[in-house]
Amino acid sequence: MAARILIVAEHDGSTLNASTAKCVTCAQSIGGSIDVAVCADDAGSVAAQAAKLARVANVLAIENAANAHPVAALLAPQIVAVVRSGQYTHVLGPSTTFGRDLMPRVAALLDAPQVSDIMAVESPARFRRPIYAGNVLVTVEVDAPVIVGTVRTASYQAAAGDGSAVIEKPATTGVEIPGHSRFVSVSAAKNDRPDLQTARRVVSGGRALGSSAGFELLYRLAEKLGAAVGASRAAVDAGYVPNEMQVGQTGKIIAPELYFAIGISGAIQHLTGIKDARTIVAINKDADAPIFEVADYGLVGDLFEIVPQLIELL
Amino acid sequence: MNKILVGIKRVVDYNVRVRVKPDGSGVAVEGAKMSINPFDEIALEEALRIKERGAADEVIVASIGGADSQQQLRTALAMGADRAVQVDPGASAGPGDLGLEPLTIARILLKLVEREQPFLVILGKQAIDDDNSQAGPMLAALWGRPQATFASKIEIAGERATAVREVDAGLETLEVDLPAVFTTDLRLNEPRYVKLPDIMKAKRKPLETLTLAALGIEPAAARVRAVRFEPPQQRQKGIRVKDAAELVSSLKEKGLL
Ligand SMILES: Cc1cc2nc3c(=O)[nH]c(=O)nc-3n(C[C@H](O)[C@H](O)[C@H](O)COP(=O)(O)OP(=O)(O)OC[C@H]3O[C@@H](n4cnc5c(N)ncnc54)[C@H](O)[C@@H]3O)c2cc1C
Ligand SMILES: Nc1ncnc2c1ncn2[C@@H]1O[C@H](COP(=O)(O)O)[C@@H](O)[C@H]1O
Repeated sequence: MAARILIVAEHDGSTLNASTAKCVTCAQSIGGSIDVAVCADDAGSVAAQAAKLARVANVLAIENAANAHPVAALLAPQIVAVVRSGQYTHVLGPSTTFGRDLMPRVAALLDAPQVSDIMAVESPARFRRPIYAGNVLVTVEVDAPVIVGTVRTASYQAAAGDGSAVIEKPATTGVEIPGHSRFVSVSAAKNDRPDLQTARRVVSGGRALGSSAGFELLYRLAEKLGAAVGASRAAVDAGYVPNEMQVGQTGKIIAPELYFAIGISGAIQHLTGIKDARTIVAINKDADAPIFEVADYGLVGDLFEIVPQLIELL
Repeated sequence: MNKILVGIKRVVDYNVRVRVKPDGSGVAVEGAKMSINPFDEIALEEALRIKERGAADEVIVASIGGADSQQQLRTALAMGADRAVQVDPGASAGPGDLGLEPLTIARILLKLVEREQPFLVILGKQAIDDDNSQAGPMLAALWGRPQATFASKIEIAGERATAVREVDAGLETLEVDLPAVFTTDLRLNEPRYVKLPDIMKAKRKPLETLTLAALGIEPAAARVRAVRFEPPQQRQKGIRVKDAAELVSSLKEKGLL
């Protein structure tokens, strides 16, 4: 039986998140037909963006005032209704906080097993994924009529934007949306730097930066490079930067072309987040820091001397 | 009585660098240091603080696993939990090193929820061995209750709770009716250290062992099977540059700048 794949789109109400185009690429490697579900208050522009993704057949615009913000408990029953009526065999979402919150709820309601962080597809039922903070890769075979998955976005390129899917509005009127969970607010630091998860260049700082003021140095370097700024857990825990900047096993998993690890020791949990970076540059005053084992270019020295020099030179 | 149920998974300590068995049949964990999943330690700490603030009466810790998971439950009791439940999955444990599927874990936890009627269930956002990040939302779905995942702050106010969640965009605030399931993020709190006298006291706290049959759960066949384990590709060792100028010129040479 040919696979019928439904991808749950991630978006902010107006723009489709880049992770969705990566899910489409993963779906293409499964084969079969691909549809994208957009849950929104008004799906208009996001559905139009999703309809351009290569090889997507249908975009299902699931519109409801309750979908103005993504609350998993509210979205899940609507997606489940669409999965059931559309007889999908695979339901995919990105392995971002959006997908990691929502997809297991969908899976449980469908009584379907979930494969998290899919990094490669060997067959419609066989997937590879990292475990133990990426120190081990396991290939799993799933025996179930419906398979739910989250896609490790760092493992996939975005699908091309030359498609022309049909936009439909499925009837989800019979679906009961619970009232027990209420979105209150989201506070995101606004800045003009590139988005950490999609940036081609990323400059990350660790505990060694010592303070928020210390990070100003990195922002200046990042500006010169047109880079996004990330951080180690230690830097986030210390309050130098906000949580959304954390890179690693329990932060963001990223795949930039160029990554600068500055004053970061290179703990395995941090390295998990940058395994797919094309080129890694490490600046650390400790010549034995583990970060040098994975760095393509290592520079031993004091970051407070080196980074200003870099800013000068660029 | 206001109860909090906390999930405690026994995992290889986060400092241990695990390796794949030479024949690719699993992960070599024999003899490795085992600990409470770090996110579960945070879950327990939060439960204890809620109780200490007077908003709960009892903290129950539950672990699904073999007899050796009693070690982690004892540690949890020493941290301050009131009693512990070990659910022994027996022969229905998953194949190879994959362990039980999160949906099975969620089903078992649901049975405990039905038995104990907690007003809060706090789990980790992920187990650092399988990195599945599934059990919390699955339990919430089966239970038909709210979920607040990746919590970095939990405030209880009567029949409701407010959670601050660490999401990719920043911090989200979500309000939920209780009972509800929470999963912890790293910055929710810093777990306390266990003191020696508490370890002695913990030996006298109740630890109950249950079988799946006792909970009325039919062992289900595994639907996710491991076929191969392998190490990730190693990165090529790079080069050392002597100063900022050499770094910039090397990167330019490679077309990276
Ligand atoms: C369950 C769990 C999950 C985790 N998840 C993550 C995660 O997602 N991401 C993450 O990053 N960590 C994570 N961690 C934490 C991780 O184990 C490390 O503690 C953390 O990455 C260390 O951060 P750091 O490298 O900034 O600090 P440190 O390890 O303290 O390193 C600081 C480095 O800076 C260098 N240095 C100091 N001064 C200077 C100077 N003037 N110039 C140049 N170099 C200097 C030092 O030599 C040192 O190597 C997790 C831990 C656990 C237990
Ligand atoms: N065997 C287990 N026993 C008790 N709790 C568990 C078990 N497995 C998972 N959990 C809980 O579910 C959380 C998420 O696990 P996972 O979905 O496997 O990443 C963990 O942090 C625990 O709180």
